[in-house]
Amino acid sequence: MRLTFGLLIVWAIVGLGCGVLLADVLNQFTFLGFPLGFWFAQQGAIITFVVLILIYALTMARLDRRLRTDLQAIAAEENAS
Amino acid sequence: MTVQQYTFLFVGLTFSLYLFVAWRARVRDTGGFYVAGRGVPAIANGMATAADWMSAASFLGMAGSISLLGYAGGVYLMGWTGGFVLLAVLLAPYLRKFGRFTVPDFVGDRFESGTARFVALLCALFISFTYVAGQMRGVGIVFARFLEVDVTIGVIIGMALVFVYATLGGMKGITYTQVAQYWVLICAFVIPVAAISWQLTGQPVPQLGMGSVVTGSGAQGAGERLLDILNAIHEDLGFLSYTDAFTGNWDRTNVFCTTLALMVGTAGLPHVIVRFYTVKNVRAARWSGFWALLFISFLYLSAPATAAFARYYVINSLDGKVESELPSWYQTWSKTGLIVWLDDGDGELAYRGAGRPGENELFRIGKLSKAEFEGITSDHQQWLDTGGDQGRDGRVIMTERKLDGPDADILVLAMPEMANLAAWIIALVAAGGLAAALSTASGLLLVISSSIAHDFYYRMIRPDATEAQRLRLSRITIGVAVVIAGIVGIYPPGFVAQVVAFAFGLAASSFFPVLVLGIFSVRVGAVPAVAGMVSGIGFTGTYILSTVYFGVDHWCFGIGPQGIGTIGMLVNFAVAGVLTPFCKPPSQAVRKLVQSIRDPEEEVDAGPPVAH
Repeated sequence: MRLTFGLLIVWAIVGLGCGVLLADVLNQFTFLGFPLGFWFAQQGAIITFVVLILIYALTMARLDRRLRTDLQAIAAEENAS
Repeated sequence: MTVQQYTFLFVGLTFSLYLFVAWRARVRDTGGFYVAGRGVPAIANGMATAADWMSAASFLGMAGSISLLGYAGGVYLMGWTGGFVLLAVLLAPYLRKFGRFTVPDFVGDRFESGTARFVALLCALFISFTYVAGQMRGVGIVFARFLEVDVTIGVIIGMALVFVYATLGGMKGITYTQVAQYWVLICAFVIPVAAISWQLTGQPVPQLGMGSVVTGSGAQGAGERLLDILNAIHEDLGFLSYTDAFTGNWDRTNVFCTTLALMVGTAGLPHVIVRFYTVKNVRAARWSGFWALLFISFLYLSAPATAAFARYYVINSLDGKVESELPSWYQTWSKTGLIVWLDDGDGELAYRGAGRPGENELFRIGKLSKAEFEGITSDHQQWLDTGGDQGRDGRVIMTERKLDGPDADILVLAMPEMANLAAWIIALVAAGGLAAALSTASGLLLVISSSIAHDFYYRMIRPDATEAQRLRLSRITIGVAVVIAGIVGIYPPGFVAQVVAFAFGLAASSFFPVLVLGIFSVRVGAVPAVAGMVSGIGFTGTYILSTVYFGVDHWCFGIGPQGIGTIGMLVNFAVAGVLTPFCKPPSQAVRKLVQSIRDPEEEVDAGPPVAH
């Protein structure tokens, strides 16, 4: 749940923050030949979104695996005793 | 070979491919028909979701809109991709774990209410039908322009194809055809834009080319950055700046609300959600969310480049030209009425923005009938001939009707011709447009069919129906839905195109809140959920109707109808939240179920849902 919350905060900051709310401020800077706010709105936000879902899928897979080994360990202990 | 011969070749080849794939994947039971037997690998499902999601609007319309809007076009890019983050993180894995066939199915079982199921069913049907009509228009445009067949015949060919592979293979057939369609559409989109980027800037990666210096010898503005050139031309001709934020109607509030409404709407679209039911387990649902967005991003990251290049070519190849200098793509497209020129008498075409009122000469026919437009042109001719004494200036009338500039839908299709690319590339784009429209149409038709055959007939009317009966009914309803969608495509009611853009607002204000509450709260029961859905979609629907069709002012903080779904969603959450403490909590069984979907999954997934 903490992970979900964290990812959604990044999602909001990059997508809605850099892409929309701060676009005019960021447009003063140039990045790869683009005004930065414009770049976030048309490229940066999308790249960030892909990375966010990748992090989510990876972390959840690891959590699942750890929980499963924990559960198996508990089951094994119960069987032993 | 000519463009037309290449187009016939490509369209013929891709259509045979789709039919072959569908034949290999035909199915015999409802599990296969609705959710492809839950055996689709994550990467294939991601690809199919991408094709399902990227409609004719993404392929044909989006880059064109960005081209005309500049910075504000980013709302579509961010909105339609950002929604996937919500979907993948908040909804998809949990819905998959709950394990039902459709979205109304989840709503009905979670809130233990036939009314909730029925309301969700109506929302799903409404959203899907408006959406599918837009796809058929896309099919019609491609056929009319490239194969020079009648729009009616074009739509019938497209419908026949979808009919065959959807009834044959159901979700399984559709899924594997969509995988094939993904490859066709992504190649058709990326190859031309890379070729143009290379030609114009010497940089084959369009995402970088867009920010690069224009190098082509003799090209307008050579030696300067493309975006700087665009901004300079825009200022010169009275258009709003291409890269500056918050120009014209697109103030900060509107950009914010529209982006958010599109994001949340994406996460609530039934035909996208249902794709996550086709995979083996929750882990696969998470991974297919990632693959889907990755595959989608290939097109969405290229679209802004397409937009900028198209803008550059449109202005340079038309503005200031006399009749004999106009490029051939203009001649062919002007026959369709999607781009027309009303001269002011000097014989030179002038393409101008709102900053220079009364000077623009480039328009589109839009929803005017042929007779209406001919009336305007003959009045205009008379006005020219008599030096303004008789007749009327057609340009003034067109501007009053808000028909300035070319139709956004033609830019992607016309761009390879603008840049003089090879004939086979132009034909490839046509095949890609068809793939995008057909893949989305088939996914939507399946939602319609499963809503009626499964949610309505089996779960509400005849719970004792046998497997064979249900499968037969599914095939019949998909057939009927195909025919209705075809008729809507041939005789589009005037409001369809607009309604498609609003489908997101409706999805945002109805499904998204109810799904989030259903998953993350054990307390919310049937009454608040139904009240929330009805008030959310009711508010959004009323606002759209009143502002768009009855000319009421944008009374809600000046928010335009496209962004109002954001407020509708808040209304939905608020109503459900306020009512919850006063209403009966759900039964013990449902509470347990809701709690269990948030637990980590077991080694082997439970398999088919319990209630069947």
